[in-house]
Amino acid sequence: MAADLWTALFIAILAAFTGYEVIGRVPVLLHTPLMSGSNFIHGIVLVGAIVALGIATTPLEQAVGFVAVVMGAMNVTGGYAVTERILAMFDRSKKREGPP
Amino acid sequence: MTAWVGTAIDAVYVVAVLAFILGLKAMSSPETARRGIVYAGGAMLAAVVVTFFSPGLSNFLLIAVGVIAGGGIGYYWARVVQMTAMPQMVAVFNGMGGGAAAAIAGVVLLSSLSNPADAGLSVAGAVIGSISIAGSVIAFLKLQGWMRQKPIVLPARQPINIAVLVVGVAFGVYSVVRVDQLFLLPFFLLLLCYGVLLTLPIGGADMPVVISMFNALTGIAVALDGFALVNGPLGDAGYAMVIAGVLVGAAGSLLTVLMARAMNRSISNVVFGAFGATEETGVAIQGSLKPIEAEDAAVLMAYANQVVIAPGYGMAVAQAQGKVKELADLLEAKGVTVKFAIHPVAGRMPGHMNVLLAEAGINYDKLFDRDEINPEFGQSDVVLVIGANDVVNPAARRVGSPLQGMPILDVDQAKNVIVVKRGQGKGFAGIENDLFYKDNTRMLYGDAQQVVGKLVTALKRS
Repeated sequence: MAADLWTALFIAILAAFTGYEVIGRVPVLLHTPLMSGSNFIHGIVLVGAIVALGIATTPLEQAVGFVAVVMGAMNVTGGYAVTERILAMFDRSKKREGPP
Repeated sequence: MTAWVGTAIDAVYVVAVLAFILGLKAMSSPETARRGIVYAGGAMLAAVVVTFFSPGLSNFLLIAVGVIAGGGIGYYWARVVQMTAMPQMVAVFNGMGGGAAAAIAGVVLLSSLSNPADAGLSVAGAVIGSISIAGSVIAFLKLQGWMRQKPIVLPARQPINIAVLVVGVAFGVYSVVRVDQLFLLPFFLLLLCYGVLLTLPIGGADMPVVISMFNALTGIAVALDGFALVNGPLGDAGYAMVIAGVLVGAAGSLLTVLMARAMNRSISNVVFGAFGATEETGVAIQGSLKPIEAEDAAVLMAYANQVVIAPGYGMAVAQAQGKVKELADLLEAKGVTVKFAIHPVAGRMPGHMNVLLAEAGINYDKLFDRDEINPEFGQSDVVLVIGANDVVNPAARRVGSPLQGMPILDVDQAKNVIVVKRGQGKGFAGIENDLFYKDNTRMLYGDAQQVVGKLVTALKRS
């Protein structure tokens, strides 16, 4: 068991520093889309939820797994749609097309 | 299933992770941000689709129904929600992520209690995920106004909260040690209770800190689930979850710290100390409240060289953004330089005010954060404060004030300050605002939308 967990731990450390470096450069202006965008990115939980429901065997496991999939799907689509909507307002190339 | 399917799935996960990191990186600039999130969205879609082809899965009908139902609700809700309601929306979607993480941990615990490493990691994921969903739901109810926004303080809450947490975690640990599913129900229930109890005493204005904290917590819960999954036969999805979860955990932690710093409070003070309970005594404010009429205020602004507008959440509540944009345009047409001073916690989530003003069509070049604009107040002829209170209170510079040390907008240094305010009430902190009594301050009473409307009319006439 140990090998995979250790690999994951190494990856986690690198990801933490990557996250810190990348996000430290985001201007205050974009902190709301940064939040909803990172909210969308932890929507990857849907992949885990699909796997969890996919390996569920008893009715109880299936029920809990189904809840996980519904919630994960809400997280990922909602997070994406909100972020895209906000960023569209900051997108100048789009604004130019509209009325002056 | 042949081996190349597994390889292809892994390759998609790798590309997805890369797109997530680049998507966040693209947010360094408003020019690139949208493209970044669209690419990340495509990668996410691909990652979800290929997961269906993972070997050894069943229950496909249930999965498809769940994805379509949850995804449909989430997408629809996100499309129709108003920008002012964005904080509670983010809280909901974040809570859903936490709930999903807790439920995944639940499935793993139900199916593989005999594997102590996975079970232990799942318990940790379940703890954090449960707190995140329960807390996010309470935050949603408060922000939506379906629950009292003021802190709800129960007697002896610290000991009760700690007891609920400790007993809840103990149930989880016991279920792993004893390999007994019976203890999982009280485990989840107590942790959900803890999330509720934790959030109840936190007031509306502290929500920027709390929402970003729950965002970080959900990220960590997702990463912990990933750890639990990498051991299984479907391990590589777990690595993607670890990376994405930790990325978000780092982002959320950083934002939480920034927000708490902007209010000069520690995170533990926001979370555990109900604010607004202490009153400062023995400080009499000098001066009086001096009202002004909209026509006079308009004249003052029309003949200024530079006007700085300092909006607060009160402006958003009154839906005055559109009128404010009109006002700024009129002033600029008269040759006045107009700038917006944005305090980091002006709003109910980090950066919220920027979004509200951008939605009204105000160019983001005119939005300045606190550090950029503070040196400029001295050269500004007029500062127009709209619906902001505590973040412009000079009492923050006074020793002994409950606001002491909070970084504020130094609006009192401008030549003239006009404060648009609904009534004579106090701000969230429940503290008198010294600014209102200063010699160079004039009070313009009324609903922000109507008052700014009057200013616009007066400017058009002059």
